[in-house]
Amino acid sequence: MTVHVSRLTSKVIGDKTTTADQAPAIRVRGLTKSFKDLEVLRGVDLDVARGSIVALLGSNGAGKTTVVRILATLLRADGGSASVNGFDVSAQAADVRASLSLTGQFAAVDEILTGRENLVLVARLRHLGDPGAVADAMLERFSLTDAGGRRVSEYSGGMRRRLDLAMSLVGEPPVIVLDEPTTGLDPQARLEVWQAVRELAAAGASVLLTTQYLDEAEQLADRIAVLHGGRILVAGTLAELKALLPPATVEYVEKQPTLEDVFLALVGDTSAGRGAGADE
Amino acid sequence: MTTRTFRDTTVLLGRSLRHVLRSPDTIITTAIMPIAMLLLFVYVFGGAIRAGSQPYVDYLLPGILLITIASGISYTAFRLFLDLKGGIFERFQSMPIARPSVLWAHVLTSLVANLVSLAVVVGVAVLMGFRSQAGLAAWLAVAGILILFTLALTWLAVIAGLSAKTVDGASAFAYPLIFLPFLSSAFVPTDTMPAPVRAFAEHQPVTSIVDAIRALFAQQPVGGAIWVALAWCAGTLVVAYGLAMLAYRRRIA
Repeated sequence: MTVHVSRLTSKVIGDKTTTADQAPAIRVRGLTKSFKDLEVLRGVDLDVARGSIVALLGSNGAGKTTVVRILATLLRADGGSASVNGFDVSAQAADVRASLSLTGQFAAVDEILTGRENLVLVARLRHLGDPGAVADAMLERFSLTDAGGRRVSEYSGGMRRRLDLAMSLVGEPPVIVLDEPTTGLDPQARLEVWQAVRELAAAGASVLLTTQYLDEAEQLADRIAVLHGGRILVAGTLAELKALLPPATVEYVEKQPTLEDVFLALVGDTSAGRGAGADE
Repeated sequence: MTTRTFRDTTVLLGRSLRHVLRSPDTIITTAIMPIAMLLLFVYVFGGAIRAGSQPYVDYLLPGILLITIASGISYTAFRLFLDLKGGIFERFQSMPIARPSVLWAHVLTSLVANLVSLAVVVGVAVLMGFRSQAGLAAWLAVAGILILFTLALTWLAVIAGLSAKTVDGASAFAYPLIFLPFLSSAFVPTDTMPAPVRAFAEHQPVTSIVDAIRALFAQQPVGGAIWVALAWCAGTLVVAYGLAMLAYRRRIA
């Protein structure tokens, strides 16, 4: 396998849908941010090409959420620049908000409203025509039609996450940012979220997702950027990252089922029908 | 831009009014404490209180109305705190909406909920014998003062909701506000109070507001009290709004 590892910077290599004059979905240069004396970001560079899924990988406290909050115009950077869909996050915040949708770390749904009312609310706030139809389509897409009339406080963690994602997708924003979308979910719910993310990208959206799970990045992302010590240590495709290490030696190992395989087999993996990770 | 703010505020107002409708206990608990005080003071203490020639319920009602508002606005801090904690506040802030509409929706919800509670309390007072010959203009003036007072206290509640660390802290700030009418002319005339208490009572906002509303209900000349009352309400409103905006900016970049 011949892969360029000489320059593992954030240069976009395999851009699928862009024309040359279009700005990347997300472009971050030299981003810095401190909280009091704590330097969280010390010059982050990051690109998300249109139509691609990029995983921002880092341990707890690495600053992933800080990057996300700056991109979503919820936090101001100290230095550097960041643009979303070609709009600068500080100078053109309103355009950024129109282009980007954020799904935060904890499902930001209204517990007192029903699932459908949550979706109608977001559709109204995005000034869409026929909010009811938009909501019904989303419920259908995220297998929540039966639960649509129930209050969210009765939902399971996985359903809440799906509703959260559905709310983020109302109005089809071109850039989607997911902050640790599967943290705290059970394996089935996790597979459902993965499937939803794949569908998003297939439909042409650009996705930036943060995660602390290595397998999640491996499963979903076209490119992976590792955030550590306030900087992007490396960024590239999975193959490029793997090539950083010495070539693999071939070993024969008995394939034991993982506990996840056992668990999913026992509970009859209902989400396998949705095509998510049935081959894992 | 302003039409957008208006439209987004209307949508979000609909949302939080639905919250109120689905937990009507917030309106009932808001009204129940003032009603209990009304009953207690009119039927238990009232007979021993000399507060002029009018029936005691007429004397008492204005202060009770202010207590109703003071206990009602703590729900704004509570709801705002839950929005912040649940992350839906950030969701709204990251969406292409007019940002101030998120706060305004909470403030207007407080106004609507408090007006309903006030109507309930006035209804109970009428059953207990409250009567006023006041004309439409006087009633509108009373409503205006109460609305201004509600807005001023609600913006104080917004500060509490934005800066609280716990849900108890978010609503605890209202207790001193509920207590304030006791140190005023709301329950008894101030002239029997010891000098220092009297000095405080006569120069704190509740006394002037209560006196103004009482004069309007009794169709007596309101004199200077109404201007002092309006100045207190408007001043509190402006300061609270300014501080709420500061707390808001600290919270959101």
